[in-house]
Amino acid sequence: MYVAVKGGERAIDNAHRLLAEARRGDRSVPEIGTAQIREQLSLAVDRVMTEGSLLDRDLAALAIKQARGDLIEAIFLVRAYRTTLPRFGHSEPLDTAAMQVRRRISATYKDLPGGQVLGPTFDYTHRLLDFALEAEGDGQGEPARPATAPADPDQPMPRVTDIIGGEDLIERNPPQEAGAPVGDLTRDPLNFPAARDLRLQNLARGDEGFLLALAYSTQRGYGRTHPFVGEIRLGEVEVEMVVEELGFAVPLGDITVTECQMVNQFKGSAVDPPRFTRGYGLGFGHCERKAMSMALVDRSLRADAFEEERKGPAQDEEFVLSHSDNVQATGFVEHLKLPHYVDFQAELAFIRQMRAEQAARPETEAAE
Amino acid sequence: MTPPRLEAGFADPVIEGQAAFRATMDAMARPGRIVVLPGVRTAPEGLAPAACAAILALCDFETPLWLSPAMAAHGPYLRFHTGAPLTADVAAAAFALVDAAQDGIDLARFAQGVPAYPDRSATIVAQMPSLRDGAPLVIAGPGIAATQDMRVAGLPADFARQWAANRASFPLGVDLILAAGDEALALPRSARIIEGNG
Amino acid sequence: MTDNPYNFAYLDEQTKRMIRRAILKAVAIPGYQVPFASREMPMPYGWGTGGVQVTAAILGPKDVLKVIDQGADDTTNAVSIRAFFAKTAGVQTTTATAEATIIQTRHRIPEAPLGEDQVLVYQVPIPEPLRFLEPRETETRTMHALSEYGLMHVKLYEDIARFGHIATSYAYPVEVAGRYVMDPSPIPKFDNPKMDDCPALQLFGAGREKRIYAIPPHTRVVSLDFDDHPFERNRFSQPCALCGAGDSYLDEVVTDDRGGRLFVCSDTDYCEGRREAGHRGHQPGGPERKEAAE
Repeated sequence: MYVAVKGGERAIDNAHRLLAEARRGDRSVPEIGTAQIREQLSLAVDRVMTEGSLLDRDLAALAIKQARGDLIEAIFLVRAYRTTLPRFGHSEPLDTAAMQVRRRISATYKDLPGGQVLGPTFDYTHRLLDFALEAEGDGQGEPARPATAPADPDQPMPRVTDIIGGEDLIERNPPQEAGAPVGDLTRDPLNFPAARDLRLQNLARGDEGFLLALAYSTQRGYGRTHPFVGEIRLGEVEVEMVVEELGFAVPLGDITVTECQMVNQFKGSAVDPPRFTRGYGLGFGHCERKAMSMALVDRSLRADAFEEERKGPAQDEEFVLSHSDNVQATGFVEHLKLPHYVDFQAELAFIRQMRAEQAARPETEAAE
Repeated sequence: MTPPRLEAGFADPVIEGQAAFRATMDAMARPGRIVVLPGVRTAPEGLAPAACAAILALCDFETPLWLSPAMAAHGPYLRFHTGAPLTADVAAAAFALVDAAQDGIDLARFAQGVPAYPDRSATIVAQMPSLRDGAPLVIAGPGIAATQDMRVAGLPADFARQWAANRASFPLGVDLILAAGDEALALPRSARIIEGNG
Repeated sequence: MTDNPYNFAYLDEQTKRMIRRAILKAVAIPGYQVPFASREMPMPYGWGTGGVQVTAAILGPKDVLKVIDQGADDTTNAVSIRAFFAKTAGVQTTTATAEATIIQTRHRIPEAPLGEDQVLVYQVPIPEPLRFLEPRETETRTMHALSEYGLMHVKLYEDIARFGHIATSYAYPVEVAGRYVMDPSPIPKFDNPKMDDCPALQLFGAGREKRIYAIPPHTRVVSLDFDDHPFERNRFSQPCALCGAGDSYLDEVVTDDRGGRLFVCSDTDYCEGRREAGHRGHQPGGPERKEAAE
C-alpha cells in the first residue's frame, strides 16, 4: 500500500534540533564563546563584516558561532539582519591619509615618508604548524608582548598614490562633488553598465574566493593590468556623517579598514601625457587578500574607460558583478536540492515519448 | 513662525496602507472597474479621500511627486505624511496628483518610460468629480474579460485622443488612477478605448 | 496584532511601498519584468525570496494564504513559508485552493480553476526567458524593447529539427497580451494553458534576479509554437493511483527497485478533495500519511 510522504513541521523542527546538536559538538569540550571568536578568530570576523556589509564585531562573531564556522552562512545571517535596519544616510568619504596606521607597506618605493610598517602579518611566517598553540588555557600558548612600539602616530604617512600624484604621474581621482547621490545596490537594483561607486560596492560585498580567482586570472593574462602594489595600509580611520539639521559633519567613531591602492599600466594619448592608472580596494578590518583582489578586479573592470579590449572574464562587468555575491550564489546553487519532482517528471515523460517515437520509426531512417 | 496645522494621515499606516494598495492593485488589474479605495478620513478639504489614500500608500522619499496647480495647497500635507519630494518638473515626477476638473490632464507631459525600462513612467492620480455619471466610454484590454463600461465625469474633451496616443506608444506610456470620494478606478496603459469620446 | 518583534508580514513599510509600486507597473505592462530593489530575506535565495516579498507586500490581515511547492501543501519549503507568514503576519492559512485569497506557488498552478478574488504568486528562479540563449542582461533588455524574439523562435525550431519536438517541457515560454515573451517560472507546460484568460491576477517574483512581473486577469497568454508544430500539453497515460483523476498533473513515485512505480496527483489538495468526494484510483492509499524521515 502506497502512503504519500508528508514533509511536516515536525520533521523541520527535528532537523533544527539535530543542527543545534551538531553545532555544539562534544559536550565534554567547553562551549566556544562569541568573545573568543571575536578576539581570536578576528580575520573570520573581518571577512563576515566586509561581505556582510555590516560593521559589528559582536554580531559577526555570533553569526560565525551560529553558522558553525561556515563563513558564507555567517555572512548570510548578517545580511538578513542588516536588511531590517533603517538606513539613515551615508558617511563622508573616509580620509585614509589620516589613518592611524598599524601596517603599511609599499611595493613601489624602498623607503618613503612614514616608512614601511610591517605590522601583524603572516607574510614572513614559516608555515609550520605551531604545536604550542595546542596547549590550551595553561598559559603556555600566550605569546610574548610585541617588543617594538607601533608606528609613531605623529609621523605623517602620506599615501603612495598621493606621492605619485604630486608629480601628476597617476590618473587623478575625480573631484568630490558635495551632495552628489551615492549609489547603493542594496536599495536599487543594479543595472548595466554600472557606475564605479556601485561596482566598488559590489566588489566590497563580493566573495573573497571569487575575487581572488578573478584577480589571479588577470595576472595570468586574462586581462592583464601590470599592477604594482602602491600601498596597502591597515589601521583606524574616523567616520563622519553630515547631519542635515546641523549642516556640518559629526564624527561617529573610528573603524578599522584595510586599503589597497594598485598602481597600474600607464595610459596616455597624443594630447594627454602618460599616467599610471588606479585600482582600488577597501574592506572592514584586516582583509588584505580581499582588498588586493578587489583592487585588481576594479582596475580590470575599468577596461572601457581606458579603451582596452575586454578579453578576460575579470574585465566583463556583467559577468563579474552578477556572480560575485556569495549569498546569491550559494542560494541558487543550493536550491537545486529543493524538490524539482514536477519539472523532472515533465522531462522524464518527454524523454520517454521521444524514445518511443524513435523506436517506432521505420528502420530506413537508421540505415541512412 | 508657526508651522501650518496639518490634518492627520493614516491612523494605522501598516494596515490602511495595505488596504489602499490592495484596492489600487485590484483596480489596476481590472481596468475601468470601480473599487472601494478605503480613503483617508482626515484628508484635507478639497482632496478626495481615495486620492489621498493612494498617494499616502504609494509615495515616499524615493518618488518625486508633482501637484497640479489646484492641488498645490496640499503640498505641505502630502510632503509631511509621505516624505516625497515635491517637484515642479512634470517630466521628473514618479507620481502626480491632479485635479482633473480644475487643471485638466495632459498625459504627454509626464514621464513615459524608455524602451528598455517602460516602468520608468509616471503614475497619475487624478481626482474626478464623479466616476459614475460622466459620458460613457467602453474599454478593452488585459484585465478585462470582454469589455468594460466607464462613466467618469470630468475628463478632458480630448481624452479619447490623448488616451489613444498613450496606448499607441505601448509599452511606454502613463498609468492613471481616477478617484472620487472613497472610490477609484484605474486605466493602465494597456487599456484601449473602443467606444466613446469622453 | 501579532506578538512578534517584526513588522506585519516582516518587511518594513518602505520596502513594501517599493515592491507595491513595482507590482502596479508590472500589472500595467503585462509580461514586462520590472526591476525592484529585492531585499535580503531570512531565507536563502532560491527558496522563494521573490515570491515571499511579493506576498508580504500584498498580504493583509483578512487574507487567507495557501502555499504550495510542486503542487503540494506539505512539502518542507511550503510548510516553512506558510509558517513564516503565520508567524510574522498572523494570517489565516489554508490548504484548500478554493478558500485561499493568496496562493504562493513554486512550480505548479493548482488544478482547481482560480477565481476573481484570488491572487497567484509565483516563485521565479530565472525570470528572463531569453537568458539561456543570451546570458547578457544588456542584450536581452534590448531584445524585449525591440520585440526582437527571433532568437527564441530559432531555438525552438532547432529543437524540432533535432528532436522532432519543441524540447521544452517546463518553463515553456509564453507571449503575454501580444507583446512580451515571458518565462512562466518552471511550471510544467501542462499548466501553461491555465495562465490564459485566467480570472485571477498572477504575480511573479524573482528575488535573486530582482524582477517582478505580472499577468492581469483575463489576459491572452499564448505558449510559443509553430503552425506545423503546435503547442502540446504533457499527457499522462494513466490516471492518479489514489483518486483516479485523469485530468491532473502526476508525480511519479518509485515504489521499489524492480521498476515498480505509481502516478499520483502532484496537487495534494485536489487529490484529497476528490477522495473525500468518493473518487478512488486503483491504489487508493490510506488516510494516514507517513512523516518524512528526519
